[in-house]
Amino acid sequence: MSIRGVEINIQGLGYRYSSRGNPTFSNLKLQARRGEALAIIGRSGCGKSTLLHIVAGLNRPTEGTIEFDGKKVDGPSSRWVMMFQAPHLYPWMKVSQNVGVGLKFAGWPEKEKSERVDEALRLVELQDYADVSVQDLSGGQQQRVALARSLVMEPELLLLDEPFSALDAFTRASLQRDVRSIAKKLGFNLIIVTHDIDEAVLMADRAVIMAGAPGKIMDEIEVGLPDPRQRQDPAVQAMRSRLMEAFHTAAQVAGGAKGGTEAEVDTETESVTQHA
Amino acid sequence: MSTNVATMANPAPQSRAAAALGGAASGIGYFFAGLLILIGLWWLAVYLATKNPAMAHFASFGPIPAFKAIPHMWENGLIPKALQSSGYRLGMGLLLAIAIGVPIGIIMGRNKRFRELSNSPFQLMRMISPMSWEPIAVIVFAGWNSAIVFLIAIAAVWPIMFSTAAGLSKVDPAWFKVARNLGATPWQMLTEIIIPAIAFDVVTGIRLAVGVAWIVLVPAEFLGVTSGFGYTIEDARESLEYEHLMAMILVIGAVGYVLDSLCMVLIKKYSWHK
Repeated sequence: MSIRGVEINIQGLGYRYSSRGNPTFSNLKLQARRGEALAIIGRSGCGKSTLLHIVAGLNRPTEGTIEFDGKKVDGPSSRWVMMFQAPHLYPWMKVSQNVGVGLKFAGWPEKEKSERVDEALRLVELQDYADVSVQDLSGGQQQRVALARSLVMEPELLLLDEPFSALDAFTRASLQRDVRSIAKKLGFNLIIVTHDIDEAVLMADRAVIMAGAPGKIMDEIEVGLPDPRQRQDPAVQAMRSRLMEAFHTAAQVAGGAKGGTEAEVDTETESVTQHA
Repeated sequence: MSTNVATMANPAPQSRAAAALGGAASGIGYFFAGLLILIGLWWLAVYLATKNPAMAHFASFGPIPAFKAIPHMWENGLIPKALQSSGYRLGMGLLLAIAIGVPIGIIMGRNKRFRELSNSPFQLMRMISPMSWEPIAVIVFAGWNSAIVFLIAIAAVWPIMFSTAAGLSKVDPAWFKVARNLGATPWQMLTEIIIPAIAFDVVTGIRLAVGVAWIVLVPAEFLGVTSGFGYTIEDARESLEYEHLMAMILVIGAVGYVLDSLCMVLIKKYSWHK
């Protein structure tokens, strides 16, 4: 499986749900290098998930452009694939059928499809589960099938919308490590939308902090840590503190403009929430 | 990751097979015991009725004359002819109901505005007894055969339509988003996602429709046609061949039971719910 990443250039991007409503965000600018892993963090409602859906081509922006390698994005494509919070597997299909469904849509011959599916299942360590019903798998295994379903398309960009938030801590940690390692091995870009600061530190090359309504990019921080990254590593802890600080500052600046909202950190779940 | 998947998916194949065999044997036992009780009650009712000399001619209604009449009616072509004619009408009516009910059900399930707009007229029409359309059907259609097919279709379309719509409304909307994300065309969305997702509900609707259509078929054949189950029963009544009448009722019940069992097999086949 050989994948290359993509250079992303987002210029003047804006979105509003209805013509009369307030914009979710406007005039957003963001670039990503080929093969870069980008984490977008911010409180609920700042538009980060909407931004991800627009980059995936599932929603259309009301203004601005998105370019991958200089070519405008104007709809969904198997070259940029999204993984959602829940795996959303098709329960009437076996594991291998779920993984190969995108290739089936693309009209791949059965033999080549089967080879590519086997390879993707090996990458997510589910090669022994090809003929099992997805309903017999655990939540973590199901999310791995969803990852294989995305990887099998050999995407240039994998978009993740809080993909591990419904999983237990151990499964989440193992998937965070595996997704980053597979992305780096194969060379594709990652854009991860998350509430979890640790997830951003463990998975991203760069963290983008969004805040406010309409949402704005308030800060961008290079994570720049060597792999493999361990949660207890002092450098990881230091980066976590730095991101937390940047997050607080961003929330205060955006909150100041909106009349005093402030961010709080839920230390239990290591996620960031906002209270008015 | 090195868990033995075969063991996990099939914990004890031999003991499961033995349990399944035991379950099947017990099921067959109950099946025949239930039928024997029914036939016994039938015999008893006719026996008690015919103890009165004034009711002696009702003896032909009993189970023994009816069972004896079946081979004779098969040989002289009465049952095969009725099966053929009624089967054709039922099949055509159900096909029409599926061809109309499934697409409209899909639109109802997918489009909220259409669902809300169509709810009152469809619910109103659903509550009209199918047989009350008969005078209109006879006027509109050239032959009685087409009129009966129409009556079956209008009786069977509602369960199929509402079951399809209900099935679609239960479908996880994210399945469409994932499919679109993976490059599905609208046709692939229909054939690979929508139809497998709702097949269970559609077949469940068809099972209900078969039940309703089967009920409508016999009275619809009482008039106008010279073939089919309804006609054969009516003909037996007029010629006082009560054993033929009861034999035909038995055949109707048996064929209906087989059709329902076939639907159950299909429901099991297309059910992905665990």
